[in-house]
Amino acid sequence: MSVRAQFDNSNEVGVFAKLTNSFALIGISGSQNFYSAFESKLGGKIPLCQTTIDGNRIVGRLTAGNRRGLLVPVNTSDQELQHIRNTLPDEIKVQRVEERLSALGNVICCNDHVALVHPDIERETEEIIADVLGVEVFRQTIAGNTLVGSFAAITNIGGLVHPQTSVEDQEELSSLLQIPLVAGTVNRGSAVIGGGLVVNDYFSVVGYDTTAPELHVIESIFELNSDAPDQDVLIENYY
Amino acid sequence: MNQSVGQYTPATVLCWNCSKPVDGTTGLTLCVECLRSKSRIADDIPREAAVQFCRGCERFLVPPSSWVQAQPESRELLAILLRKLPIAKNSNIRLVDACFEWTEPHSRRIKVGVTVQGEAAEGSGVVLQEKFTVEYVVVNCQCPDCARSFTAHTWRAAVQVRQKVNHKRTFLFLEQLMLRHNAHNEAISIAAYRDGVDFYFMNPGQAIKLIDFISRATPVRTGKSRELISSDTHTGTSQYKFSHAVEIAPICRDDLVVLPASLASKMGSIGRLVLCYRISTAIHFVDPQTLQTADLDGQIYWRQPFASLATKSQTTEFIVLDVEILNAHHGRWVLADVTVARSSDMSQLYNVRTHLGAVLHPGDTVLGYSLCTANYNSEEYDNLPNKPDVILTQKVYQRSSNRRVFKLKRMQQEKMEEDKNDEGRDYEEFLQELEADPDLRQQINLYKDPEYVNTNTEEGPTIDLSELIDDLNIED
Repeated sequence: MSVRAQFDNSNEVGVFAKLTNSFALIGISGSQNFYSAFESKLGGKIPLCQTTIDGNRIVGRLTAGNRRGLLVPVNTSDQELQHIRNTLPDEIKVQRVEERLSALGNVICCNDHVALVHPDIERETEEIIADVLGVEVFRQTIAGNTLVGSFAAITNIGGLVHPQTSVEDQEELSSLLQIPLVAGTVNRGSAVIGGGLVVNDYFSVVGYDTTAPELHVIESIFELNSDAPDQDVLIENYY
Repeated sequence: MNQSVGQYTPATVLCWNCSKPVDGTTGLTLCVECLRSKSRIADDIPREAAVQFCRGCERFLVPPSSWVQAQPESRELLAILLRKLPIAKNSNIRLVDACFEWTEPHSRRIKVGVTVQGEAAEGSGVVLQEKFTVEYVVVNCQCPDCARSFTAHTWRAAVQVRQKVNHKRTFLFLEQLMLRHNAHNEAISIAAYRDGVDFYFMNPGQAIKLIDFISRATPVRTGKSRELISSDTHTGTSQYKFSHAVEIAPICRDDLVVLPASLASKMGSIGRLVLCYRISTAIHFVDPQTLQTADLDGQIYWRQPFASLATKSQTTEFIVLDVEILNAHHGRWVLADVTVARSSDMSQLYNVRTHLGAVLHPGDTVLGYSLCTANYNSEEYDNLPNKPDVILTQKVYQRSSNRRVFKLKRMQQEKMEEDKNDEGRDYEEFLQELEADPDLRQQINLYKDPEYVNTNTEEGPTIDLSELIDDLNIED
């Protein structure tokens, strides 16, 4: 199931939200339209946390996480951290990361099993990612871009990568991640996949400009079609 | 497309518009067809524009301020029109082709078909070509030059050329000389007065140029005056109107002149009663008694100017009865003793020494100054010793019609004062002078008269066809 949405007239929904299988982080917008897009499908099923990170709305770019945990940059205020911890269940570990590349959403691209990270990320951060998110960490680039979180979006089912990724690179990444990958675009040809959509195993929110052919690619690689298993079944499996 | 034939590139992404597989590694996420339909490389080029046209001088405005003459559907016009489009400023597209499309001539519209090429998307390497039509509205307006010419007293410099004689032959010659060298082109208006012509200019420098031209052709003296129009006390700049008075020496071809004694002795002791045979920057004299010639430079003349004793209009007609050639010649002149009688009174015979021996035969008609019957009222003349009875100047040829093998161009002049003189007669005399003098002809342009029919009945000097120029005739 996919929903097209806009955050305050911006199509870059991945910038303002972080969606995992167990929770969603949503930036605070002027209206509730964007929140409603999530709430209509996920409301009451997984926790939706409306928050800021260090006063910024771009929570999707600043944080990284999966069903096990959430990493926030070091400059997240105590108040914000407390709010997130209060909203999310105790099983989900929330951890501050002291990392120079503080836009964690741009430098980390992960599902519940593996994470691709920026090649220049610090060693300690890499260990924290492995511990908190419970994933295997690989330093990688996507089509020559080091910002792996911006130019790719992956779930446990599949992944969408930058349109200029060559077939060889796709095969290499696919064997690392153990999921099928496809090159594609969002928002009428935008290559910024991570910025243009948020996705988990049963739901995705894409930018309002995304065309039907693009949505078709997204739904088929992430298996979001109606014949995919119902979200409740999947949620049962995870908990 | 940049894809070379035969090289297989696997498709990696689907076109976001139509789902067609395309090779995403080139940076394109659209298929070529969608790219072509979606990209508007020439969108920022206006499809309508206006072009300013001055009806008075039929010129187009080339911004910022120049006005250029351009024929309809000419290269020049196309250049002017294309400059109106922001193609050159736009680095992404380049002009490939441009051509005029037909429009109704009175519609005041010009249509230009323009073909441009440009990259479909920044860095994509896909070049698209687009053809479109730009419609120009021809806006009528008056250019500053025309606006000025329709306003009175806009000139900044005037040249008043004057010659105080009772005919216009010098000005007719000067007119032809200026036509040949386009010396009058910069004048904004030309006005004819009784004793001469006024030329008006926008620019004082152009007036100086004309004065230089005239002083290279005739012996002149110039005077200059200026009138203050406005002055700015803050910057110390002033605007003036300049008037140049140019006076041409009042001695013409075939004039009879009594040289001042001092001048005659300085000019090789030439006889004092002489005929002027040519005018350049100097005045050229010949003594018909001895064939001696002398030149009087214009500057020297104006130091001590003198008038001619008698001019061509005061000549009388004689008939040649007998010619006896003497053994002396100078150039085309041959000294001869001629017996003539006045055409009106054959009873009195005169024995005359003349320089026209080469052309005179018994029975010919000839013009000459009849000194024995004239009263010149000149002290210089009265004091001359042993004056001849008659001085012959020019042979007369009988013409059956006024039609000549050549014709001349004329300058457009405004008539400011009614002229007492018969201009038709002056013009006819000028044409006769041209026929008689090849040196004079060399300085000006003669054009073939297409309506002239050679009847072979004319006597007199003829002009060879090779001397004539085919006139450019624009009527179609």
